[in-house]
Amino acid sequence: MSFDAAYQSKVLKSVGTRPLRPDGVDKVTGRARYGADFNMPGQLVARVLRSPHAHAKIKSIDTSRAAAAKGVKAIITAADLPDLTDGNRSLFAILDNCMARSKAMYDGHAVAAVAAIDEKAAKVALQLIEVEYEVLPHVVDVDAAILPDAPVLNDTIFTKGVEPIPKTPSNVANQAEFGHGDVEAGFMQAEVIVERSYKTEQTHQGYIEPHACVASCNTDGTAELWVCTQGHFVYRQTCADLLGLEVSKLRVTSSEIGGGFGGKTHVWAEPVALALSRKAGRPVKLVMSREEVFRASGPTSATSIDVKIGTKKDGTITAAQATLRYTSGPYPDTWAEIGAMTSFACYDLKNVKTVGIEVIVNRPKVAAYRAPSAPMAAFAVESAIDELAHKIGMDAVDFRIKNAAKEGTRASYGPIYGPIGIGPTLEAAKTHPHMSAPLGKNQGRGMACGFWFNFGGQTCTDLNVSADGTVTLAVGTVDVGGSRASLSLIAAEELGIDYQDIKAVIADTSTLGYNDMTDGSRGTFSSSMATISAARNAIEVMRHRAAMMWDIPPEDVYWEDGHAVAAGTKHGNRAPLSVKEIAAAAGNTGGPIAGHSELVADGAGVSFATHICDIQVDPETGSSRILRYTVIQDAGKAVHPAYVEGQYQGGAAQGIGWALNEEYIYGSDGRLQNPGFLDYRIPVCSDLPMIGTQILEIPNPNHPYGVRGVGETSIVPPLAAVANAVSNAIGLRMTHIPISPPRILAALNDAARN
Amino acid sequence: MRYERPETIEAAIALLADAEAKSFVLAGGTDLLVRMQNDTFEADLIVDIKSIEGMDAVTQTDDGFLIGAAVSAAALSENAALVAEWPGVVEAANLIGSTQIQGRCTMVGNLCNASPAADSVPALVAADARVRIAGPDGSREVAILDIPTYPGKTSLTKGEIIVAIVLPKAATRSGDAYLRFTPRTEMDIAVVGVGINLTLDEGGVVAAARIALGAVGPTVSLVEEAAKALIGSKLDQAALDALASACSAASNPIDDKRGTIAFRKQVAGVLARRVAQTAYTRAGGK
Ligand SMILES: Cc1cc2nc3c(=O)[nH]c(=O)nc-3n(C[C@H](O)[C@H](O)[C@H](O)COP(=O)(O)OP(=O)(O)OC[C@H]3O[C@@H](n4cnc5c(N)ncnc54)[C@H](O)[C@@H]3O)c2cc1C
Repeated sequence: MSFDAAYQSKVLKSVGTRPLRPDGVDKVTGRARYGADFNMPGQLVARVLRSPHAHAKIKSIDTSRAAAAKGVKAIITAADLPDLTDGNRSLFAILDNCMARSKAMYDGHAVAAVAAIDEKAAKVALQLIEVEYEVLPHVVDVDAAILPDAPVLNDTIFTKGVEPIPKTPSNVANQAEFGHGDVEAGFMQAEVIVERSYKTEQTHQGYIEPHACVASCNTDGTAELWVCTQGHFVYRQTCADLLGLEVSKLRVTSSEIGGGFGGKTHVWAEPVALALSRKAGRPVKLVMSREEVFRASGPTSATSIDVKIGTKKDGTITAAQATLRYTSGPYPDTWAEIGAMTSFACYDLKNVKTVGIEVIVNRPKVAAYRAPSAPMAAFAVESAIDELAHKIGMDAVDFRIKNAAKEGTRASYGPIYGPIGIGPTLEAAKTHPHMSAPLGKNQGRGMACGFWFNFGGQTCTDLNVSADGTVTLAVGTVDVGGSRASLSLIAAEELGIDYQDIKAVIADTSTLGYNDMTDGSRGTFSSSMATISAARNAIEVMRHRAAMMWDIPPEDVYWEDGHAVAAGTKHGNRAPLSVKEIAAAAGNTGGPIAGHSELVADGAGVSFATHICDIQVDPETGSSRILRYTVIQDAGKAVHPAYVEGQYQGGAAQGIGWALNEEYIYGSDGRLQNPGFLDYRIPVCSDLPMIGTQILEIPNPNHPYGVRGVGETSIVPPLAAVANAVSNAIGLRMTHIPISPPRILAALNDAARN
Repeated sequence: MRYERPETIEAAIALLADAEAKSFVLAGGTDLLVRMQNDTFEADLIVDIKSIEGMDAVTQTDDGFLIGAAVSAAALSENAALVAEWPGVVEAANLIGSTQIQGRCTMVGNLCNASPAADSVPALVAADARVRIAGPDGSREVAILDIPTYPGKTSLTKGEIIVAIVLPKAATRSGDAYLRFTPRTEMDIAVVGVGINLTLDEGGVVAAARIALGAVGPTVSLVEEAAKALIGSKLDQAALDALASACSAASNPIDDKRGTIAFRKQVAGVLARRVAQTAYTRAGGK
């Protein structure tokens, strides 16, 4: 049946309420099963041997002593994960990252793995594996990597996206350019120009649950994987590709997830566990330690960004330009390109140009982190915007309002916007009491805007009506932030029944059609669309069943408020039939009642936010404390407002940590110095005030209820909002994130000396 | 690995004295249990001292306080007499970790873990505390400063256990305080820590001072120059400036993931000023 996804304004009963999430009690009582909570009979324990070198040729690996050790059942190296990627470079990067082939590319890169009867035997075996390395020169810094004398990490990389293609290899994997108009001409018209360079350090998503899985390969070519992931269908595809399995024979079940934020969109341990299980002929459990999580999974790019913006004194921006260098780890990727696309997306600009430069370094392979690449770009651009506003003596909000993108604006990355929320979030910020609250000594206020694309994608949902009239909803997008509650509300709304009568589960890959993963803020957006469609299909079935029960034509039955209703008066005053009544009769009217939906959720409306931050700086120590923080964001329609607020707050908290303290610190040997939560400082509860939220609802025209994704945008403005607040508090521009106490104190000392 | 929970100090000493090389005393376990997670950690024997009689007691004596080695930081803060007499020591111990950690961790564990950043140690040094040690060759009592010798190393010999911390009776008109710098509000490790103990004369002039620095050298250090800067003053600006300079000068930190040399030296001075004022007020100075 064709499905109309267009927005229809109507009064909603369930959507917009705040019931408890179905997974909540299990989570707070410890009953919920996460990745490491699954076990199989006869299961082995896997451990991974990792390179201690930032860059080294692997001359040989001798596993014979380890293989002979007590309790060891299988050892694998790259030879056991042969290259089946057939020229697909991004798949090869995933493979090489799971198990290094000829070279170890970063401190922590996997070079071998062991499966043994217990943890201790596995640990002993690791120490018996002899790897002969030839240590090579390394580079971890984004700017150092593109200097002419930098060691070239991969001599098959010739910068793509430049004309002509260079004849010598370099660490610049590719370059991408966006924009329109004539920036040179635009800068000529400018009366005031700000031009600055900014830097951000590499951060990790910091999910509390480490990567964990149990893999079991059978001799008949079938296999099972229980895993903590944001996308079990995608993991299935990747693992099947890498191991040469038939996709449908690999069954992947996703566990509850203790945080992912993009970091669990990517396989690391899973192909290794499967390869070990295949070799050992037994189930294998692999749980990464925190240290491994930091050294070998996740992180976002470190960046170096140059921004130039020109304006007239009346606040009209005449031209804007940015060059953005992003690290991608050892393999080419598109993080700089995404950063370049998002840079100026909040503004309506005549002349704009952005260049993204992707830089290869000896750091872990970069994975998505909540609105990947956007926070760093926003930090640089929004810092420059703030400085410009000061320079022309205009209020920072008014300056942004004057230049904000609106419906019909050509975005700096190409498309023409439909109805969008940047203007309304700015207007809301202007009148928000936070904006006019008084500030004390050594305190500063900063604000910033942020943008994220949002994504829809392939989605499949099953809705089954049980004999008692309750409903199970099987979805294929992993619930990372309360989507089971939101989707149950949606189903309740469509069917006209109680939220309590719906039980949503995340189906495994063998029981539901393919679903893209939960990324791009798509979980609730796309699965709600599929849920609406599935519910309407089920209603269609129930309408027919009611017609059959009444023995009248189906055209004369319509659906209202959870009931089949006989139209008009010609069928007498029949009492409407409830879902329960129709379900109870299903055995005699055609069997089980279900609704299915398979669709590509298009039109995930772009998302905007404006954040306000107050901070206090201790000028003697450089210590800072966030005093107040407010998030204003467009949700399209907040299906479950409490969980929308949770997303706003969570993104802000992560962004604040990134802005103030989180960073990967490398020694001169290229080894990560702080692979643990003691020295990789994410904020603790007492570091943050209660984060204020304001939900705006500007309906997305491409969703029946107007829903937009809300998961990611909230991490985009904080780096800039915090930096602007600090800069305003101390009267000095802070251009290097994280703005840690030593950096603040050094800046104050420099200023005092001059 | 063997786990033992002896009920007498003699039994504990015997276990440790007879043990293979890799044996450990277990108090609160907030350092040891974390270290045990490391792949490289090995132990043959763990001797838990929490069941030994008297280890969990705080006893007030004519000479001061005797604090058993298994007394948790939280228990310290519940002892009103101790809080009144040594507020700086108690506040230092209760900066460790978080509420949960404070329910387990001990000052002796903090000391024997021998981290230069241990929070309670500068406060104990400033208080001129000592430790009572029992071992195969009998008992001895040494100054706090003599226990840590290097990051992760102590002067304790095989089979020796610290049984108690001996805090002297606080002098009349004295006050102690501890302050540390961490980027986060809690669950963090001191980048700089300063412990201080001041005694005033009847006129409110500093008569005696002990100032100890943490996290700015391989072990906690007692800074004589800093004491000199304050003695004879009423904490006027010049004295505080001299104190700050002395503490910055005495700091001998490294550049590492937790802070730069320049930052640590400067902040040592800043904290010294602040903590001196707190101690001065506690001592009754105005
Ligand atoms: C989350 C977290 C946060 C922390 N935050 C801080 C902090 O803010 N500041 C800080 O200073 N520390 C901090 N720590 C470290 C730790 O909590 C402290 O060092 C604590 O005081 C250790 O005490 P314990 O009783 O738990 O020691 P244990 O772990 O039991 O022992 C530590 C060491 O001392 C030895 N030992 C213990 N008792 C004796 C004894 N009687 N005789 C001889 N040797 C002994 C043990 O063998 C071991 O080597 C933190 C730890 C964690 C896990």
